[in-house]
Amino acid sequence: MSAIASATPAGQARVQRLERIWAERPGLVGWLTTTDHKRIGLLYLFASLVFFAAGGVEALLVRTQLAAPNQHVLGPAAYDETFTMHGITMIFLFVIPITTGAFGNYLLPLMIGARDMAFPRLNALSFWLFAGSGLFLYMSMIVGQAPSAGWFNYVPLASRAYSPDKGIDFYSYGLIFNAIASTAASVNFIVTIFKLRAPGMSLNRMPLFCYAFLAVSFSLLFALPFLSVALILLELDRQLGFHFYDAAAGGDPLLWQHLFWLFGHPEVYIIILPAFGFATSIIPTFVRRRMVAFPLVALAELLVGFLGFGVWAHHMFAVGLSTSTTTYFAAASLIIVIPSAIQIFAWITTILTGLPRFTTPLLFIIGFILFFLLGGLTGIMFAAIPFDQQLTDTYFVVAHFHFVIFGAAVFPILGGLFYWFPKVTGRLYHERTGQISFWITFVGTLLTFFPMHILGLLGMPRRDYTYPSGLGWGGFNLLETIGAYVLTAGLLLIVGNLLYSLRRGAPAGNDPWSGATLEWSTTSPPPAYNFPVIPVVSSAYAMWDEDDRRADAARLNRGELVLERGHETVASTVQDGDWDEVLTMPSESPWPITLAIAVTAMFAMLLLEHFVTAGVFGGVALLALLGWHTTEPQES
Amino acid sequence: MVVAVALAGCGDNGQNALDPNSGPSRDIATLWWGMLIAATVVFAGAAALLWVAYLRRARKGLPRLGEDDRTARGLVVGFGVAIPIVVLVALFAVANFTVIAKTQAPAAGSTRMTIQIIGHQWFWEVRYPGSKAVTANEIHIPSRTRVDVVATTADVIHSLWVPEINRKIDMIPGHRNHILFYADHDGVFRGQCAEYCGLQHAHMSMKVIAEPPARFAAWLRTMASPRRAPATPETQRGEQVFLANACASCHAIRGTPADGTIGPDLTHLATRGTLAALTIPNTRAALTRWIRDPQHIKPGSKMPHIDLGDRDLQAVVAYLQSLR
Repeated sequence: MSAIASATPAGQARVQRLERIWAERPGLVGWLTTTDHKRIGLLYLFASLVFFAAGGVEALLVRTQLAAPNQHVLGPAAYDETFTMHGITMIFLFVIPITTGAFGNYLLPLMIGARDMAFPRLNALSFWLFAGSGLFLYMSMIVGQAPSAGWFNYVPLASRAYSPDKGIDFYSYGLIFNAIASTAASVNFIVTIFKLRAPGMSLNRMPLFCYAFLAVSFSLLFALPFLSVALILLELDRQLGFHFYDAAAGGDPLLWQHLFWLFGHPEVYIIILPAFGFATSIIPTFVRRRMVAFPLVALAELLVGFLGFGVWAHHMFAVGLSTSTTTYFAAASLIIVIPSAIQIFAWITTILTGLPRFTTPLLFIIGFILFFLLGGLTGIMFAAIPFDQQLTDTYFVVAHFHFVIFGAAVFPILGGLFYWFPKVTGRLYHERTGQISFWITFVGTLLTFFPMHILGLLGMPRRDYTYPSGLGWGGFNLLETIGAYVLTAGLLLIVGNLLYSLRRGAPAGNDPWSGATLEWSTTSPPPAYNFPVIPVVSSAYAMWDEDDRRADAARLNRGELVLERGHETVASTVQDGDWDEVLTMPSESPWPITLAIAVTAMFAMLLLEHFVTAGVFGGVALLALLGWHTTEPQES
Repeated sequence: MVVAVALAGCGDNGQNALDPNSGPSRDIATLWWGMLIAATVVFAGAAALLWVAYLRRARKGLPRLGEDDRTARGLVVGFGVAIPIVVLVALFAVANFTVIAKTQAPAAGSTRMTIQIIGHQWFWEVRYPGSKAVTANEIHIPSRTRVDVVATTADVIHSLWVPEINRKIDMIPGHRNHILFYADHDGVFRGQCAEYCGLQHAHMSMKVIAEPPARFAAWLRTMASPRRAPATPETQRGEQVFLANACASCHAIRGTPADGTIGPDLTHLATRGTLAALTIPNTRAALTRWIRDPQHIKPGSKMPHIDLGDRDLQAVVAYLQSLR
């Protein structure tokens, strides 16, 4: 029951007042200057889906080239650029921005009963910087100098001697400021989760989704500096002739690998943790029971993020590290299996002991569980050092990580698109088509990635632009390519279903699924101020506490916790979620986008060695920062 | 799943991790089959639980919104903590104490012979310390003999991998890595660079030829000797053309002034079965095409196009074909 629906005339007047206070400019300008977490979330969604399409086309090109031995769809140079851009795109421009940027931004404040993120302008800046970094990385393709040393960009192949054109510099600068965007976003999430929870939402009553995003944000915050350092050292080597990675001058190329994977392995968990959050949101709703072993699952989500920092060298078992080193990292890699196994069996047990309704979102979560198991089991195999040393850098690894980061990370995203579609659009998707699209993508994924295990065992290395006939690899490759097209068809059907439903879908109402968390308490789509009255919470499944929600509605009529004096939200204490203070939030602002454009242009000009123009844009960036700090939050 | 992989294991392409031809490879393959069985049991068990949930979807009951279910939590702890700990500890012990002992780099002085393999963009240089022999891409070893392979690189990172003989080892600038080569019996085993190393990573293959020790010794003596002096007017002309052109600045032919180190040593090129790291066969026709237009066959290769004219080209080919 919605608070607005049961509002008395006095309550209605308050709602109208909130509408007025929180209204943003209409039209395009509104989107460019918005600080509303929901609009920023949608911007992230559209941008990351565009990059998903680009990364998908790259994947299809790669698969088409490999459909048969000795083909010439792509030459070696184009192939190397294509698989490099595919990896960069899917990781930095699709999975992370769509999970944290789109879903996290849109849903987190709604789930914790807040009216926005803690730092709305920083949030806008994160998005525009991310968009800038994406355009910057793709500019490399437009000028014909795309990076081609793979997404993990090993030196010395990526050094100036072996990659003399600007591709690697696009990669370095692009990822450095992509990292700035992600760092800003993760700080924002951490503060939002710790400080902006609704009164009563102590840490132990926080939805598991929020635990997952807390873990992701901390992981990003601590992992990204390793990447930035690695990239800065690389640019010092490339531009100024330093020797950090140059063995001939006393440097060591392994330094890059250590720094990269110190970031890169936590990154894997950064990619998969939001999926855990989606699963723990979707499962309780559709099986109509709380998550089994809630505290264990919350702890496991945090532990995965933490332990993810202690396993990086398992990417380096074949580089000749000492046995004591490799066995330590193998042991750590096995330990991280435990929190993952806890979660898998918590999901399965919850489904088993509940009353499941196998609708599209739950089907995608079932697919996710199966693929995560599959990718997880092969992951365990790689903790057997000799097996890793035999199969690493083959298609077996490609199979393993695609089951993890496509099967396990993207399936919950697809399930999440269906699950939260009614909330965001106010309309229901077409259920039957949704289920059909699940089966097509499920079969397509299996067909694309499963034969890769066999190819790896048969000796096919990864990243080969072609392969000879006579090694028995042709048939499996053809199967995979067919699978890739089936998968594409499934994804297009999902897009079609959602686009059609956007216009023609049945009205959804506030809460079509009897969802468990607070986003379902407000209207669909939610108003700019999210909640007419700040909810007061007494469990992690707030929507199932019907008395609490009735109490919210009554408070609207009494004018309690409505915060109708301005752009305001409630801050609460970190641990217990007790009422702390009322925060005045900034409203729409032109400065974040101005700053982001200036920074992007500055990086681009630096790369093109137009130093004066770069200086001008640097000046604009400084002015934008000044402007940012001179504008006071509006009072109404 | 098991059936598919078992079928795959039957293929004999010379580069098949499931067709081991040595102790280390066999142990890894056995480890794989063991892990596959365990993984299949876990996967099937979890899938079965989900299947049961599906079968029970229509049963009557009330939503269990707030129930604290001790049995369910027990299942999570049992399947998620207790069983994994037992299985993982067992796996850790078997793989990382037992199997690893056999696949590791040989202890210093524990082998009777050492060979040196140097990765190049994009071929394998092979040297036999104690002998003058230098060759490329076709690595002869005596069978049933432990060989210490020293793996280094001349440029970027490569990875030396002959799956039927042993696991792989990376070749990294500034590092000297070791790996054990051991073949149970005579045979030819295919290998390939496993670490992405640039444009022609796909065409950086090699063969390991394990042969009886006596035959190997004879082969090594031939390889150590200087080139066979050209005997016919055409091959003599070929050698002159080779030395007068850029060929000699990249390739070495021992016994002549050619001592380049960019490309493979060609002193006994005619004994090799393939060219350009197993890209094409070493036939007269293929060799002619290769010299005439290397960038068409292996785009990005360091081998430049040199316009020799037809007669000189034929002479160089005849000469190279005489280098037995």
